[in-house]
Amino acid sequence: MAKTVNIWIDGQALEVPDSMTIIEAADKHGIYIPRLCYHPDLPPTANCGVCVVEVAGNPAPKRACCTPVMEGMKITTNTKNLRSYRKTLVEMILSNHDVTCPTCAANNKCELQTLANNLNIDPDALPNILDKHPIDDSSLSIIRDVNKCIACGRCITVCNEVQTVYALTVTDRGIDSHVDTAFSRGMANSPCVNCGQCTVYCPTGALRERNDIDGVWEAILDPDKHVIVQEAPSIRVSLGEEFGMPFGSVTPKKMYAALRKIGFDSVMDTNFTADLTIIEEGTECVTKLKAGEKRPLITSCSPGWIKFMETYYPDLADCVSTAKSPMSMFGVLSKTYYAQEQKIDPAKIVSVAIMPCTAKKFEARRPEMRDSGFQDTDYVLTTRELIRMIKEAGVDFANIKEEEADEGMSFYTGAGTIFGATGGVMEAAIRSAYFLVTNTELPDLDIKAVRGLQGVKEATLNVPGFGDLRVAVAHGLSNARYVMDRVREGLATKGESPWHFIEIMACPGGCVGGGGQPYGNDIASRARRGLSLYEEDRSLPVRLSHHNPEVTRIYERFLGAPNSPLALQLLHTHYFKRSVNDGQITGEATHKHH
Amino acid sequence: MKFFRSHVLVGINETSLQAGVQDFIKALRNELAKQNLQEEINVLETGPLGFFGRGVCLSVFPENVNYQDVKVEDVPELVEEHFLKGRPLSRLQLDSAGKFTPKFNYDKRIVLRNSGIIDPESIDEYIGAGGYEALEKALLQMKPADIIAEVKKSGLKGRGGAGFPTGVKWSFTAPLDAPQKYIVVNADEGEPGTFKDRLIMEGDPHQLLEGIMIAARAVGATKAWIYIRGEYKLCIERLQKAIAQCKEYGLLGKNILESGFDLDIDIRIGAGAYVCGEETALIESLEGNRGNPRWKPPFPGVKGLWQAPTVVNNVETLANVPFIIKNGADVYLSYGSEGCPGTKVYTILGDVAHPGLCEVDMGTTLRTIINEYAGGMKKGFRFKAALVGGAAGVFLPEKMLDVQMDFPHLNEYAAVLGSGAILVLNEHQSVVDMLWSILKFFRHESCGKCAPCRNGCQQLYRLITKIKKGNGTMEDVDLMVSIAQTMFSTSFCALGQSPIMAVRSAVDHFKDEFIEITKK
Repeated sequence: MAKTVNIWIDGQALEVPDSMTIIEAADKHGIYIPRLCYHPDLPPTANCGVCVVEVAGNPAPKRACCTPVMEGMKITTNTKNLRSYRKTLVEMILSNHDVTCPTCAANNKCELQTLANNLNIDPDALPNILDKHPIDDSSLSIIRDVNKCIACGRCITVCNEVQTVYALTVTDRGIDSHVDTAFSRGMANSPCVNCGQCTVYCPTGALRERNDIDGVWEAILDPDKHVIVQEAPSIRVSLGEEFGMPFGSVTPKKMYAALRKIGFDSVMDTNFTADLTIIEEGTECVTKLKAGEKRPLITSCSPGWIKFMETYYPDLADCVSTAKSPMSMFGVLSKTYYAQEQKIDPAKIVSVAIMPCTAKKFEARRPEMRDSGFQDTDYVLTTRELIRMIKEAGVDFANIKEEEADEGMSFYTGAGTIFGATGGVMEAAIRSAYFLVTNTELPDLDIKAVRGLQGVKEATLNVPGFGDLRVAVAHGLSNARYVMDRVREGLATKGESPWHFIEIMACPGGCVGGGGQPYGNDIASRARRGLSLYEEDRSLPVRLSHHNPEVTRIYERFLGAPNSPLALQLLHTHYFKRSVNDGQITGEATHKHH
Repeated sequence: MKFFRSHVLVGINETSLQAGVQDFIKALRNELAKQNLQEEINVLETGPLGFFGRGVCLSVFPENVNYQDVKVEDVPELVEEHFLKGRPLSRLQLDSAGKFTPKFNYDKRIVLRNSGIIDPESIDEYIGAGGYEALEKALLQMKPADIIAEVKKSGLKGRGGAGFPTGVKWSFTAPLDAPQKYIVVNADEGEPGTFKDRLIMEGDPHQLLEGIMIAARAVGATKAWIYIRGEYKLCIERLQKAIAQCKEYGLLGKNILESGFDLDIDIRIGAGAYVCGEETALIESLEGNRGNPRWKPPFPGVKGLWQAPTVVNNVETLANVPFIIKNGADVYLSYGSEGCPGTKVYTILGDVAHPGLCEVDMGTTLRTIINEYAGGMKKGFRFKAALVGGAAGVFLPEKMLDVQMDFPHLNEYAAVLGSGAILVLNEHQSVVDMLWSILKFFRHESCGKCAPCRNGCQQLYRLITKIKKGNGTMEDVDLMVSIAQTMFSTSFCALGQSPIMAVRSAVDHFKDEFIEITKK
């Protein structure tokens, strides 16, 4: 049992665990201490100084974010002096900030804006002294605007500690100090894997996705183009919160209706290719298992994870499934299968993907993602960008009448929808792999051992005819690193991996916590969205990918069989080696299927 | 032992090296040989002499005649006049009017007692002067707990600026059960106007090493790092030599003096960031990281360098330790003032007659230091203010000249002893200009980690520049105080907490100057 201590905050007596900081104790008891750089998901950087409180017996105030509670501590959170310090601090921060609130991507979500408003800041207290820096728009995924950066350090913490990518650091000093990539070479020339977690935790608009809305509008408004749209599993549980609906509302049919209203010609669903992925990847897995392969099979849906693997673990690239991600499978099929079925010239098709992800923008532009003869996926919009489009189009999302998706590439099962949560791909794959090995259905479809937000989840399942199937699920790249190190070590020392099958998602929580998700994307909201996906899974008539009728149909009419030569040509890919210094390709890690 | 008629002490330090002291010594020895005086006159290469003249400086004993700015071409005349004819060469004397002779209070010195007397590059001379006796006592006659008790009893307070009791600091680390503990010596002396640690290290490097060894023994550390300013080339050279000599004499390495105690000392060179004088930023830098401060707690004494318990002490602090151990805390307590025992080394600069360094009892007044050790004000000038403690220090006006200089007394006036730098300003100097240069310094040296310091230093610099140019108002002056106060209350480390001292003391004591300049 953790020890507790007695403290007083603003006269209120509290008994709290001695491991807490003052701000954690206050938050737990509903006492709000103003803060800026502190985020409950991350270790404190203690950079802003806004959360100072007075602790009896100390000559100077203490930072609540990193001062541990101690027995008998008497804390005051609101005094004349503290108010004055906080105001001066925020005035100074604003005086060195590019204040363009109305047009800023973070408008209404910006923590600096909210704090300045809450503290009743006089905007003219100090003249603006910002020394403008150029915007880093080198990346296909993430735009970095140092002029809006308040040097809170969250992006660095999340990049280095949560994701262990080490793309960002502080350079220069004093007033000139700023967040930058090594040698100011830009995000595109750094080890950045485009996961976008920095954009999620940035309290201002200093980090945001590359905005592709204009290109999509242009295509939609071009009568010669046929614009087809797909939406990732997690989108349907992340839109409602932005339109006054309860957090985690499951809204696939409102989503379809809104997209149609915006003007997309064909509204399909990524969940369909999620089911297809299970069949392709599951078949690959079962083939490996039956062959007694000592090297594991690792999932390949998460583009942040793929670039991370290419950078830090290219020696294990052959362990990663060759199956493309559901988005890229959809992209290539939209310009082959769909074009053929609908008798549309693929050159006129514009394929748009709505993703919870900034790394998908990078994935779509990878040179190998052109197996249709065109760029398979033309535009990737994040959830945040779609929300802006919905608002721009004047769609009343909360009250829009529900509609169905178009037929052909939109039917999905419960297995497809849980792709959006950590452990979901694993659970979906096990459901189908069990069938592929045993030819009987898994008795209990809820595989709870791989659900939830524990960083690394492990499970062992008995599969008749095979034996014990050992699996692991990791989300967040520091956890991926842990798992990959164990695999590397196991292969080096014992000649085999500790697990047969591994799911890895770059973002903590999986896609529900993706770097393109609405702001305020903390651990608690990720958990809520994830639960909603499992609720949808339970409510769906079909919960097994191999029973998706549209999947069955595509094999019958187009692909032939799972892992057939055409399937390998269109739905599978290969990997590269990348430099840890600048993320650039240095060679091939695996070869393309022929 | 050979008998010499006179001893010529030649101060070898960064200043004299730049003035060509090596060539001078060669010329002097040659000239003495030519005159057949080499058996009568002893030329000693030593550390800082205790006064600052220009260029190459000499002290001749027992005559107690001091020369400055002596050049190679002066050698024949000097030898002829002083050593052959026996009359000082007055044109080169430190004060040609002969009114001021530097006060060499060797009997009252602790850390500088050997400085300017022994050859700092000779371990034998250090041992000859009683060196390493304290180490022997600490290793062979005392238990670690006894050492800490003695240092606690001595009342020694950290000389880096904060004045934390050294024995108490050690007692946090000593009982911890850890596979590795470290001593880190903060020799990254970056406070403007301060170079007492340089002179201590240049003058008597072995004394510092002995202090480190005793501290390591007391807390159970087996590895010590000296983190030293890169500019201190001579210190580095002398410390490296001293470490090599200790290894040769079995005073460093395994099983020192057969006591079972192991210790290694290594030197790491700083790259000139002021913030790296802050102990946690120093540790970060030692680890190879950007020199940003760390949050405390945990304090370095518990989790410091590479997360191991680490005692970080200033050079002057450790240099006091051998004396305390050798002579006992009671003798140490007879130095200094009540509540603040021991001595303090000051560097006195600015508009005094003889800038220099001195080591005096804690509690000595500013007036005494200026008048007796620096020869009073420069001729024709009146005292206006002294900036005590460097950039992180305070302006003391004339009415505070009789304040006792020690931690408790200065505290009463919201002032600090800081690093021991005393910069004296005459009545024509502008406190506003001085404050401008301090705030420019802070703006340049803020690491940028925390918002209050990063933005505050910039705002202070902006405001003082505006005021200095005559474009400011008294509202700007108030805003400056208010920002500095916010910085004091909310900054992450001591750097951002410091500007308030200079700002407030300048505004409080020299308000008229601000009123005058903002009237324009």
